[in-house]
Amino acid sequence: MKDMQHQYALLSKDNLDGFISRLSGSKKVMAPFSKGHNNYSFEEVRSGERIALNYIPTILSPKKFFMPQYETLLSYKIGKTINVETVVDYEEMVLFGVHTCDLAGIQCLNMVFSERPKDYNYLTRKPHILIIGLECNNYCDEHASCHLVNASLPSGGYDLFFTDLGDYFMVHVNTQEGEEMVEETKSFEPAGKDQLHELADLREQKRKIFKNEVSIAPRHLPELFEGAFESKVWNELGERCLACGNCTNVCPTCYCFDIREEVSLDRKSGSRYRMWYSCQVEPFAKVAGGINFRVDRSARQRHRYYRKFKYPVLKFSRFFCTGCGRCSRTCMADIRLKETLNALVKEKTTKLWRDWE
Amino acid sequence: MERLGIKETKFAVKIAKILKTKRMTEQEKLFEIALEGGESLDYEPGQFIMITVFGAGEIPISLTSAPTNRLSFEICVRAVGKVTNALHTLEAGDLVGIRGPYGKGFPIRILEGNDLLIVAGGLGIAPLRSLISYVLENRRDFGKVHILLGCKSPQDMLFVDELNLWDRRMDVHYECTVDKGAPDWAGNVGVITTLIPGVDLEPERTFAVVVGPPVMYKYVIRELLAKNIPERQILVSFERHMKCGIGKCGRCQMQNLYVCQDGPVFNYDDIKHLSEAL
Repeated sequence: MKDMQHQYALLSKDNLDGFISRLSGSKKVMAPFSKGHNNYSFEEVRSGERIALNYIPTILSPKKFFMPQYETLLSYKIGKTINVETVVDYEEMVLFGVHTCDLAGIQCLNMVFSERPKDYNYLTRKPHILIIGLECNNYCDEHASCHLVNASLPSGGYDLFFTDLGDYFMVHVNTQEGEEMVEETKSFEPAGKDQLHELADLREQKRKIFKNEVSIAPRHLPELFEGAFESKVWNELGERCLACGNCTNVCPTCYCFDIREEVSLDRKSGSRYRMWYSCQVEPFAKVAGGINFRVDRSARQRHRYYRKFKYPVLKFSRFFCTGCGRCSRTCMADIRLKETLNALVKEKTTKLWRDWE
Repeated sequence: MERLGIKETKFAVKIAKILKTKRMTEQEKLFEIALEGGESLDYEPGQFIMITVFGAGEIPISLTSAPTNRLSFEICVRAVGKVTNALHTLEAGDLVGIRGPYGKGFPIRILEGNDLLIVAGGLGIAPLRSLISYVLENRRDFGKVHILLGCKSPQDMLFVDELNLWDRRMDVHYECTVDKGAPDWAGNVGVITTLIPGVDLEPERTFAVVVGPPVMYKYVIRELLAKNIPERQILVSFERHMKCGIGKCGRCQMQNLYVCQDGPVFNYDDIKHLSEAL
């Protein structure tokens, strides 16, 4: 118990403002911020006052800091020879208030970009961003499915992790950088046994609140998808999908991109950048000559779901859905992740009964 | 925002010089290219590169030369898009950028000692020429070699001089057909599948290597299976519009496979169930 106490610190809520202002003195601090109409976004803050401590997942996930929407990869000058410079743009910053779903999302991106061949743009930027997590004591809304994918409780991927225990935050210090933030801002007190008990009680309480959100146990999901490739559910989604790509843009684990060129008007210099791109839009799988390997929206929706629940399981042994619910919240055609999974389960069960009879 | 120069990034391009260009048809041009500083592009038949036309963009193109010439390499490019059209305006002496080579090429070590049935449709001859040149340069390492070529019309035929050489070689069985003949065309007319039934082959010791337009595979493979060539001995190579070449961007993904890393050459047995493959 004594050892555990060392890993924790207390921040009185009255001191949150001081903590954020001191932190923002040396680094850019990004925190959840209300944009109205129950929309939130990570924005730069200089004090604690305007931070939305109780927020539903931000419109865009913190992915945008690790893998910006537009990112210059190289620039060149054309003269007698051609000078090419490969670059990475980065910014020192602290992300405050990252929920466990988004921490899981960042962990997924870490796996993808550190897998060989490594992506050095991502890997160079990553260490410049410190992460302060914030626990959800309850569900954010009906779209979340974080328990299903084991993301309702913290499991690493942060420097500090805040849990709201009423008048103060219980803060888990997870890294050297986290400890330095605690030391330098001089806003924290040592945590005692009582608070450890309170934290344990909260987690116990959460186990009662967070229950599997769909009608299938997570361990059976790979098997469900194994047999769902020809499911009618995809046709049904295909009929509704508008192919706008919103779901992949807001997804914390979607990392597909396009690479494009920007050339000066005199054509003497240019740069190459990558930008987020979506498997949901029509030209994504097109090749020269116009052949498209995922021409139907149903196939594109299916691809999205398989990239969350099957393909990454084969490669990284984990789901690439973090249960944040963003895709469901943002979909203009009301395509809901939980409904899709339930529909697949229902179809499979019906088939089993039919085969049985 | 800080900007840092990074060297180890996979997006770095090497500057290369076009040594020679040759117009092959109305649409296709052949480029011989060398990396600056005499560096060798260490590649295998069937692999591809990402080529930059500065001011236009970057595209994936398969290598068409055999890796035996270490000082330069060749690509055969059809002008269909912005970058390929820009590339066609370049001439000897112009500079381009190169990344790669990428992907898994034809499994030479596995093919050695076996008979080969090479089936090329249209521009599919480009990557296959890399293999064919390698095989002919190391002819005694392989058994019988059959080359079947199909293209739209006699005017669309690529590498005509070489085709004539292959035709004349005693140690190669070469046949070609065109979809649509011409007044001076005395050869076969018909789709490529019509050539397969007549090939005299021993299926258990034959590897078929098929590259062509997407629509071709299904029909060619049906004929190959009818000849009793085992599924594991059918190799295909796929065209996708890769953007990164390092298995991240997702553009070339077919189900769980990335064509840029897991392919572009695949064993038919491994991909026959993938709906997004053929």
